[in-house]
Amino acid sequence: MTYPVELKYVKSHEWVREDGDVVYIGITDYAQDALGDLVFVNLPEVGDEVTAGEAFADVESVKAVSDVFSPVTGVVLEINEELLDAPEQINQDPYGAWFIKVGQVQEHEDYLSAAEYEEHAQAEAEA
Amino acid sequence: MERKTPLYDVHVESKGKIVPFGGYLLPVQYQGVIQEHMAVRTAAGLFDVSHMGEVLCIGKDALANLNHLLTNDYTTMYDGQARYSPMCNENGGVVDDLIVYKVRDNHYFIVVNAANREKDFAWMKAHAFGDAVFTDISDEVAQIALQGPRAEEILRKLVGEEDIPEKYYSCRFHRRIADMDCIISRTGYTGEDGFEFYVAAQEAEKLWKLLLETGKEEGLVPCGLGARDTLRLEAAMPLYGHEMDDEISPRETGLGVFVKMDKREFIGKEALESREVARKRVGLKVTGRGIIREHMELFDGEKKIGISTSGTHCPYLGYPAAMALVEKEYAVPGTKVQANVRGRKVEAEVVALPFYRKNAKG
Repeated sequence: MTYPVELKYVKSHEWVREDGDVVYIGITDYAQDALGDLVFVNLPEVGDEVTAGEAFADVESVKAVSDVFSPVTGVVLEINEELLDAPEQINQDPYGAWFIKVGQVQEHEDYLSAAEYEEHAQAEAEA
Repeated sequence: MERKTPLYDVHVESKGKIVPFGGYLLPVQYQGVIQEHMAVRTAAGLFDVSHMGEVLCIGKDALANLNHLLTNDYTTMYDGQARYSPMCNENGGVVDDLIVYKVRDNHYFIVVNAANREKDFAWMKAHAFGDAVFTDISDEVAQIALQGPRAEEILRKLVGEEDIPEKYYSCRFHRRIADMDCIISRTGYTGEDGFEFYVAAQEAEKLWKLLLETGKEEGLVPCGLGARDTLRLEAAMPLYGHEMDDEISPRETGLGVFVKMDKREFIGKEALESREVARKRVGLKVTGRGIIREHMELFDGEKKIGISTSGTHCPYLGYPAAMALVEKEYAVPGTKVQANVRGRKVEAEVVALPFYRKNAKG
């Protein structure tokens, strides 16, 4: 499992990459591994509002469907359309496979550092 | 409290992801469901199916008991033959589906679903008559399935020609693999050729490791319940609790061929004679975006016409598919339906089952 130090993390297993006044959101290495082979992604549309702590997308593995929660409140500027046809990119490169780009960010969940998140993920894996 | 199969420690050791299923702790996957699924379609996979229940039925009236309990007819069987059947309740719903092996006259070996083991055994004993004794031997028996187009090749490295059952749905008793006493059965739940081995629980680990080692060159990999489910779905094999239950009749769910209405009597016969077959099991190919999973309502416009019973992404076929029970006028290939997938309408089309059929040998 890897957790790049330049990213921020939330307890619900998403990562955030800040780029000026916009953020990119995806799911962590731990999350993709726990979900297994992903075969379908349902993304919001450009212009949709997302709310910190609420589901904005869902991902389906062969086994089950899971919600993906937004770490921030803001407006969707762009979605990663490549994922719609190739959800396996999330398994192969979880930090390259961003889901949405969000602007007009108003608030965000409490962020964890890479080290803090790693500890959280490990504790959850052992629970 | 979940039970462990005799192979539990092996699964943990080899990093299987353990989940509770049917009252047992079993691996849902090792490397990944898709990889394991593809291995079974193209090479071979090994499954721990020790959670399945095994019951012996022995006595002079064993055959009469089976013909009373089960909808299929067990009269004309040769020693070593296997035959599938639903077991119905008085209303024509399904108590369980199972496989009966004829060991010899007056001596049968029955394999039932893990989650139904206690219920089935109680049902069998409650309806037993004459000279027939049912014995639950599930805890003493482990079951391992070797499935895939290269399964026979792998097995041939371990046993002689005479140990390999030639016909699908037949078995050989008391065969030696290394020095282990096994039943070798040509059966499975994947839509591929393959074998199921019954062995004493304490030998399970040894047999598992021997098979894995023997099949390495052929690409044999250990597989979890995840792949077992996607494989059986592609092959449109019904699963108890999904495509059938206490309410659903075998004829509704496409198992009418295993219901012998010309038998003099069996439990559920009267109900099945009068019970209308208003719905049918169909295949759904998702044509929209999404995955139809179990228990999702199906519509024709605003009209509710049925419910999905199982569904997932099919790794080999490369598209999502589901099985469903729909009103019979909708059970026609080409019919368009919509599923309510967590509040979103997803388009699908009724298709003929099975979704996947293995290539004929040769």
